[in-house]
Formats: sequence, structure tokens, C-alpha cells
Amino acid sequence: MKDVVTQIPLDWYLYLCTLLFTIGVLGVMLRRNVIVIFMSIELMLNSVNLLFTAFSAYNGDPDGQIFVFFVMVVAAAEIAVGLSILVMIYRNIRSTDINMLNKLKW
Amino acid sequence: MGNILTDVFYILSVFAIFCALMVVFSRNPMHSVLYLILCFFAISGHYFLLNAQFLLIVNVIVYAGAIMVLFLFVIMLLNLNAETEPHKKMLVKFAAVISAGLLLIVIVASLKGATMAPSTNQIADTKGMGLVKNLGKVLFSKYILPFEISSILFLAAMVGAVMLGKKHEDQGQI
Repeated sequence: MKDVVTQIPLDWYLYLCTLLFTIGVLGVMLRRNVIVIFMSIELMLNSVNLLFTAFSAYNGDPDGQIFVFFVMVVAAAEIAVGLSILVMIYRNIRSTDINMLNKLKW
Repeated sequence: MGNILTDVFYILSVFAIFCALMVVFSRNPMHSVLYLILCFFAISGHYFLLNAQFLLIVNVIVYAGAIMVLFLFVIMLLNLNAETEPHKKMLVKFAAVISAGLLLIVIVASLKGATMAPSTNQIADTKGMGLVKNLGKVLFSKYILPFEISSILFLAAMVGAVMLGKKHEDQGQI
């Protein structure tokens, strides 16, 4: 099997990851359900992970893949705390609609 | 372009983008989770193309396994699998799509003329870089301090999740 680094230009990965990141941003702005917003954030984190890996492979530098590992660590911690906050909010207001959570809004 | 690598790249990319769009646009949160799992598998396929075998396995186990199971549990626990989400106003939706498109245009335009600087940290064995053996050596020598700090982060997250998830006396039943 031939090497991907010589066959596919790095630009393609740049544009793919940009598109995935933008879809995640769109999901955060478009949806009102907190769970779907969390999933869009996961999508953004994954697009950045893919780009880190692509740069790491094209540069021959293992540091990028280590960073992906740390991004996964932070994402897992964030999701654990975020979903427990979500469950607590649901107990209080019986909804996961983000427009109900406007008490901090001026 | 009769190359099999570029074909695989195209197929995986189109699949990942389709699944990402379905995550955002499907009305049922359960369908969103399932499409997100498919998207993570497509990204794992990209990791395979990039010779990052360790990240492929970690992505499947941690993301598609653990985190998505957490999402599914919460959705089933809160009984959100009905299509109950109210719509945003048409104007807000329109503004969201426009601004996301503008963000895409700005990022693509800034990446258009970019060239990559040569790396200062290249290793000799580029082919087997993504294996556990090589990544483990880097992780436990150069990045040992962040690794230990991330364990403290996990401990704090665990304590926080347990504290938040605990039922208080003045709240009702779920």
C-alpha cells in the first residue's frame, strides 16, 4: 500500500476539517436541545483531532498525536461534568431547551 | 485519479460530512447520537489512512464506545427520544446558517495561500510513528507532567460529576 502522505495533499485534510468544524459551529447555533449542542461540540473537537493527526503524519512529528490524546482526555472530562449538569437542570426545570436557561441573561 | 487511496479518502470524507450534517439536522436526538457514532467511525478510518493506529483504537474505544454510551444513557434516562424540540425562529436559523457559512469562507480564504513550515522535531521512523510503542515513549518521557496532571483533571471531573449527579433533598424525583 502506498503512503497517504505522498498521495494526498495536506490541503484536502485542511478543507475537510474546516468543513466538519463549521458544521459543528452551525449545530451549536442552530439547535436548542442541550444534548445536540454537546454533540456538535464533540464534532468540533474531533475535526481538530483529525487535523492534529494529519499535521503530525505529514511532518513526521509524534507530538501532534500526543496532543490528540490530551484533547480526548479533556473532552471525556468535559462530557462527564456537562452531562451531569444537564441531568441536574432537567430535574429542576423538566426540559433541556436552552432558551429556558435565561436567568443569567441581562 | 484512479488511485485507491484517494478513492478511500473521498468515500470516508463524504460519509463523515454526511453524518455530521445529519447530526445537526435530524430532529430526533437519538438519531443524532447514532449518526455521530458513524461520523466517529469515518474519522477513525481517516486515522487508519494516516498510519495512526493507536489513535484509531483510542477513538473507537473512548469516543464511539464510552462517550457515546454516556450520551445514549442520558437521552434514555431523560426520555428525550421523542421529537419534542421547539423550533427556533426562522430569522435566527437564517442568521445561524449565514454566519456559519461566513466562518467557513473566512477560514478557507485564510488557509488558501498557507504553506507548512518544516518541522524541527522529525523522527527517523515515520512509518511506525502511530504505533503504541513509539507514542508511549514520547508520552512517558517528554509529556510525563501533562499526563500526570490529566489524571488529576479526571479525578476532579469524577468528583464533580458525582457531586452534581447526586440527588438533593429539596429536589423532586427525576
